[in-house]
Amino acid sequence: MYETVLTIALVPILAALSIVLGLFYEGIVRNLKAKMQSRLGPPVVQPFRDVRKLLKKEDVVPKNSVAWLFKAAPALALITTLTILLFLPVGGFDPLLSGSGDLVVVIYLLIFPSLALTLGGFSSSSTYSTVGGQREMVKMMSYELPLAVIAVSVAWLISGVEGSVAAFSFEAMSENVVWSLTGPLGSLGLFILFIVALTVLPGKSASLPFDASKAKTELAEGVKSEYSGRSYALLYITDCVKMLVFATIIVGIFIPYGISGFLGLSSIAATVADFAFYLIKLFLVIFLGSVFARAAFSRLRITQIVKFYWVYSTGLSLLGLGLIVLGGYI
Amino acid sequence: MSEEGFEFSVGPVHPALKEPVRVKCKVEGEKVKDADFELSQVHRGIEWAGTKRNPVQILYLSERICGICNICHTLAFSRAVENIAGIETPKRAEYIRTLTAELERIHSHILWAGVAANELGFDSVMQYTWKTREKILDVIEHMTGNRITKAMITIGGARRDVTKEREEKIREGIEYYRKAYDKLENILLQDKTIKARTKEIGVLTEKEALETCAVGPTARASGVGKDVRKTEEYGAYQDLEIEPITPDMYHGEVNGDVYDRIACRVLEIKQSLDIIEDCLNMMPSGDIKYEENIPKLLSEVQGAEGEGIGRHEAPRGEVIHHVKLVGEETPESWRVRAPTYNNLLSWIPMLKSEQIADIPIIAASIDPCMSCANRAVVKDGTALEKKRLRELSRKKTKELKEELGDV
Repeated sequence: MYETVLTIALVPILAALSIVLGLFYEGIVRNLKAKMQSRLGPPVVQPFRDVRKLLKKEDVVPKNSVAWLFKAAPALALITTLTILLFLPVGGFDPLLSGSGDLVVVIYLLIFPSLALTLGGFSSSSTYSTVGGQREMVKMMSYELPLAVIAVSVAWLISGVEGSVAAFSFEAMSENVVWSLTGPLGSLGLFILFIVALTVLPGKSASLPFDASKAKTELAEGVKSEYSGRSYALLYITDCVKMLVFATIIVGIFIPYGISGFLGLSSIAATVADFAFYLIKLFLVIFLGSVFARAAFSRLRITQIVKFYWVYSTGLSLLGLGLIVLGGYI
Repeated sequence: MSEEGFEFSVGPVHPALKEPVRVKCKVEGEKVKDADFELSQVHRGIEWAGTKRNPVQILYLSERICGICNICHTLAFSRAVENIAGIETPKRAEYIRTLTAELERIHSHILWAGVAANELGFDSVMQYTWKTREKILDVIEHMTGNRITKAMITIGGARRDVTKEREEKIREGIEYYRKAYDKLENILLQDKTIKARTKEIGVLTEKEALETCAVGPTARASGVGKDVRKTEEYGAYQDLEIEPITPDMYHGEVNGDVYDRIACRVLEIKQSLDIIEDCLNMMPSGDIKYEENIPKLLSEVQGAEGEGIGRHEAPRGEVIHHVKLVGEETPESWRVRAPTYNNLLSWIPMLKSEQIADIPIIAASIDPCMSCANRAVVKDGTALEKKRLRELSRKKTKELKEELGDV
């Protein structure tokens, strides 16, 4: 009983924390991207200011839209994104709902924000949003396969450990760090999977080069083009939290290390150190997967995105899986 | 959304377009089936305002037709007026004019490269090219006193001389761009993602280029060797060897796609550097103005009667000014035909059977400048309908024929 109450009390705290962290990282990303383009860039707090301003603005609903769906979609997108966080190990803690869901559930849940966004886009009856919605769906279908291959590979490794039952759970992953379960060949495979996961990150958070679904200069923000005011603020937050969520998944699978044991800390100091270390790991993943890609590539066409994920990402992930399996038998 | 597809329109207000024009596409899924465009979203009445002013005042107006290529309009207008009044421009002034025009070409092409990169979502390249462009603006400022609106050209000459100090500054700028050129070329023409987005996209064949009367880099990228600088032989160009730049000079073949148009412009930056250097080396001494005293110049121009045409190869292609003087203070008519007006039609063959994602880069690939091209206004879609416009033109042709006695 006591635990249930505690969990319920922690949910809003986690939600608030993740929103703040998501906006904070978005600020860092924007600033760093500007620096890489030799611009001054906005201050790190700019996303907070943007959201504050957007929340004050009028919410315009298009005349021909399905109003209730149009208004509900952003909230749905944010709530589902925040729900995923309940199943993830945030900041060195075990998942809030540990035991009730694992990586498979997370991969399923990851579909919902995109789905909500697409619904909102379709309901707005704008051509831009419709095309954007179609692209979002196509993109989603193309990056699910490499993601599934990663999950299966990691689970296959963990299931080899004696006494483990929940191969897909994040606790198992943090207890048995995947890199320690295999030899050099398998490590190479894991590294390839890590790269593949990084390529899925910009697709998930709809940032360059895989932002065809919102493509500013083509579709004028695509699915989001009709949104304004509070609804737009929610969508903005959703994108930031989505980046955080996916980065946390990558951290949870591939770099679940804590630093407190290494530094010999305990109690509160250990918690603080682990949390700080988690922030650094997040930054690393977001930098590699998002900042660098945003600055180094141009936007790809949707056909090129599909080809990239289905041919290159899937091919690489299968190669990674093959290497891990091979490493297991040698 | 039905099986027959739907209409997808870009503009008149759209993040991909810096100026108002409406590109209407019939779209099936992601594929463009048919394309059309609607002009006349802006009309500033510059030509009308011109007929209320004297030729020297019009110089300032003509400079404000386009923010980017303003030298080309003043140059074409001055040449038209000089043509009528029979004014001989001093040789040194011709060289200074050519030099300024080429400085402008470099600035315009680099600016365009940034815009094109932005259309592709490649903001790093946009920021880099625009950073590179700063140097040419510094040089232009040092030479003309202004960064953008240069006010260098007057009827029968140039307004500022190239002094020793200015020459040094220009040479320094050339040196800077010779160094920066390799990197610029490498980024714009060798980058994998840019290649993936521009190769075999928006193809305009040589035949289509001729049919749609494309001019400038748009035509040259399709293999049509049109260049006013070569064919008209004016200014300092007649003393220089100008070869129209075609993309086969870069990679040995002419495809007429967006990539070729980028290649064409990048090579033209190099060509302009050579022309500027030649101009500096061959600069003759002497006056820079036909007439120092403006009232005296005006009285000579106002006494002239007749029609004149001034042509110039602007960064975007051939610009033509037609002026009719009737011996009064103001010209009776002044007509501007900016290169974008010709190039717009080439959008239609380019856009057909491409994807929605390619609309912005194809639209940008002709370097459109709407406020230059727009010369008519449609009120509520009724005042100047296609049919009415046709009637009016036929009526005018008939009147002209009668007037000329050719019935």
